[in-house]
Amino acid sequence: MIDIEEKAMAAEIELLTFQVGKQEYALDIMSVREIRGWSKATPLPHAPTFILGVINLRGTVLTIVDLADRLGMGQTKTSERNVIIVVHTGKETVGLLVDAVSDILVIKKSDLQMPPEMSADSNQTFISALIIAEERMIRILAHAAALPSESMEIV
Amino acid sequence: MSDEDPMIEIKASFFVECEELLESLQDGLQIMDAGGTGDETINVVFRAVHSIKGGAGAFGLDQLVRFAHQFESVLDGVRSGAITANRNAISVFFQSGDILADLVRSARDATVADVERTQSVLKELETILGHDSNEVVEDEIDDFQPMFLALDLDLDSSVDERLDTPEQSIPDAPAFEDGYTINFVPDSALYISGNEPLHLLRLLREMGPLNVICDTSAIPALTDMDVEKSYLSWTVQLTSDEDQGAVREVFDFVADLCTLTISDPRNREATATPLPPLPQLDDTTPQDEPSMSPKATLETSSNSPHPQKMAPNTTTIATADAKSGTRGALQSDQPRPTVRVDLERIDRLVNLVGELVINQAMISQSIQEADISANSAVSNGLDDFSQLTRDLQDSVMMIRAQPVKTLFQRMGRIIRESSAMIGKSVRLKTEGDATEVDKTVIEHLADPLTHMIRNAVDHGVESPSDRLSAGKPEEGIVTLSASHRSGRVIIEVADDGAGIDRPRVLQIAVEKGLVAKNAQLTDSEIDNLLFMPGFSTAREVSDLSGRGVGMDVVKSAIIALGGRVTIQSDPGNGTTFTISLPLTLAVLDGMVIDVAQQTLVVPLNTITETLTLAQDDIRALGPLSNVIKVRNTFVPLLDLGAELGYRSPMDSYIGAIVLLIARDDGTHAALAVDAIQDQRQVVIKGLQDTFGRVPGVAAATILGDGKIALILDPVDVVTNAVGHTRTAQPNLQLAG
Amino acid sequence: MSLQILAVDDSRTIRDMLNLTLKQAGFTTHLADDGVHGIEVLDAMSSGPDAIITDINMPRMDGFGFIQAVRKIEKYRTVPILVLTTESAADLKQRARNAGATGWIVKPFQPKKLIRALQMVTG
Repeated sequence: MIDIEEKAMAAEIELLTFQVGKQEYALDIMSVREIRGWSKATPLPHAPTFILGVINLRGTVLTIVDLADRLGMGQTKTSERNVIIVVHTGKETVGLLVDAVSDILVIKKSDLQMPPEMSADSNQTFISALIIAEERMIRILAHAAALPSESMEIV
Repeated sequence: MSDEDPMIEIKASFFVECEELLESLQDGLQIMDAGGTGDETINVVFRAVHSIKGGAGAFGLDQLVRFAHQFESVLDGVRSGAITANRNAISVFFQSGDILADLVRSARDATVADVERTQSVLKELETILGHDSNEVVEDEIDDFQPMFLALDLDLDSSVDERLDTPEQSIPDAPAFEDGYTINFVPDSALYISGNEPLHLLRLLREMGPLNVICDTSAIPALTDMDVEKSYLSWTVQLTSDEDQGAVREVFDFVADLCTLTISDPRNREATATPLPPLPQLDDTTPQDEPSMSPKATLETSSNSPHPQKMAPNTTTIATADAKSGTRGALQSDQPRPTVRVDLERIDRLVNLVGELVINQAMISQSIQEADISANSAVSNGLDDFSQLTRDLQDSVMMIRAQPVKTLFQRMGRIIRESSAMIGKSVRLKTEGDATEVDKTVIEHLADPLTHMIRNAVDHGVESPSDRLSAGKPEEGIVTLSASHRSGRVIIEVADDGAGIDRPRVLQIAVEKGLVAKNAQLTDSEIDNLLFMPGFSTAREVSDLSGRGVGMDVVKSAIIALGGRVTIQSDPGNGTTFTISLPLTLAVLDGMVIDVAQQTLVVPLNTITETLTLAQDDIRALGPLSNVIKVRNTFVPLLDLGAELGYRSPMDSYIGAIVLLIARDDGTHAALAVDAIQDQRQVVIKGLQDTFGRVPGVAAATILGDGKIALILDPVDVVTNAVGHTRTAQPNLQLAG
Repeated sequence: MSLQILAVDDSRTIRDMLNLTLKQAGFTTHLADDGVHGIEVLDAMSSGPDAIITDINMPRMDGFGFIQAVRKIEKYRTVPILVLTTESAADLKQRARNAGATGWIVKPFQPKKLIRALQMVTG
């Protein structure tokens, strides 16, 4: 186990990387509560398409977000191979539906890069940073991906 | 941790204690009002006010202290028999109790209480007391400052030695010039009272250097010694700059149990000595020629003559016990032991038990599906388990339950105030005070209940003159009762007034366009018109009810709690409102239905009726909508599956199952569903509102198979319904 | 070895405050909520208190009754007992004295005065 204090001192963070669409994303492991297999969600009426519905997480009702749809990559065709990452963002807990989970990376904070300015891409607000690891470009997901933006309303 | 913290907690706990005291105050007053005159009753009332005053003083809550003091003084007068608690007095006491409660709460919430009312009740109290308003004699209203006290209690041992072995003689001398000369001759009673000269000498020592001379000349031979008498006296020379008052203060507790002389040739302020009638010694001459035995020690426990039995002057003891008479009237048994628990912990427990229930249901289902024999050990074990879980759930659900008594007592006050305001005489009777209801339900019930009570006073009970003409007693009675019936809480608000004026109600409804002119309505339907929005029968808009808040608001509040409310009226005799509520807000009685391959739960209290449609019942309204015929009215037909966006409207509704949902305005709508599974009690799980509110959905629950079923808010669905139950077919002619 | 104090008062708030003050001053406290309870606590103490503080107005057994009862117990014949009073009314003090009280403290009490009063009777 990596000593947390060591990490903090070394300015490192641990990332969980996963696949959405054909791209690779990552989340700070500290905000990941658990990873579970896919289960069918109960749909919520009149909800935007990126909200798949709700599932039963050991007696709690958990909202599931189709991350691909949220990122503008079209709706996911769900199957048993999908994975749900349960993420805790400050006050709320949300389940993110992804294609697959890759691995856990330890990276130095100093290696993080700002995402380039690309006004046309709606992904913009959902990516907080980029990192190159093992020749792959990994997008660090911003919490806004899990939480709604200010202007959003369901009805 | 700073010293602030424990005080904040103690203060918070004080306000909780005040609520309890206010409650017992009310209880006591009720008994007195009903004619109870037992000593214990008035004592309880007195102590309640006394304790509130005591605590308030410690926190410097001056307004509260002042009022409580006045109230307490009057109660003390009743206690001692000097004041009679007649009808007027008791009425003032009730008002005082109300003011006291207001002051407590405004102190707690840092708001300002009604000064005028407080003053006027204060005057009433003064009148009863029989003298002018004096500024309250409160000697020490000081802020409580629990600073850390650095007590220097360890005097060095050499001092003790000196106290133990006092000077054998004083130089033949003129009077001691450099300080006080204190002559102290304790009575026998001083020792009996538990006082001890050594402690006092030590305190004097703190003020400055001491020269102590003990006079043992009065000690007789051992054989002649009376163990109950005091034979020692002391002369103390104290060099100190402290003023004489401080010196005298040391002897505060024993001033009446000794002969004390303090002199100071330095001519400090000589304070008059308020000693009880005892011969004054010449206060200028110190006794400087005591004949002393060398070591007259001041050790207390071994030498001083401690009596073996109580000295005579302590026999006149006030036997307070004699007054405690009958307790029966107030409390037949001791209060049950209680524990105070953080509400958060209870909520967690309730949640966990809810999840346990769901889990157990899931296991139940899996076992059924696994085709395990009903007689096997597994099945039997599961049956026991189910029973246990049900019992556990029932117990836990009631943990947050509280008796409705405090709520009902509040209503008592509402009645007093509202009847006073409009010049009617109304009293409150309560039944089933001890009935327990979930805390949250009680909290939400306060407003609707208040309104119903005000209504009863305003519209239900007639004016005193009308009542007399009708042969009724001048004082009207509103009865508030609570009971448990078939798993629900039933609360009734009944008045003995004139009942609902049906012709007038109908007339107003017609005037306001709420009802068609020639509509034929049953008595019950007329009564229910009161629940319609915008309805008010007030001839004069009274202070109370005429602010546009109608019974419709009351009804929706109750429905929001998962309850129902109905009216019954008996012309000439009165009106009764019956509220039926769930025992707790955590579970719901629902109808489990299927819609578009989804399972949903519809709260039972929103469903008026279920019907199966026959062809005849369905009529087209427009190109896209239908109505159905229910007895002699037409009700819009809605397709739940379509309204929720699950699918488009069905082709045909013949044979469809329909739920009649009552809208806020009393009309109905029919929701077509695919099938009804059953009725059951479900545990309510909240939906996160991270992504906004979901329209038409109130909450969710987890079914036995682990799947989530949404709990519908049918009124919301019906209100926002689009209403399409036909798909537009351009070739079809419009139905006539 | 800190001094043991028994404090008897039916108001939870007052008990809490007495407890706080006494503890801060280094005393060990024992609490009871009325006269009857006070006697029970007394019986249960292995070595008696060095002083007792009691309220007057209490249910079941009030302060005067309590002091009487305490004084009847052999070993507590002369234990210092301080009475909590809300007024400095002379007759109250006299009644307290008659019942066997050692001294008094006026409510609301100032911590300094409370400790001082204890000093006066326990040294």
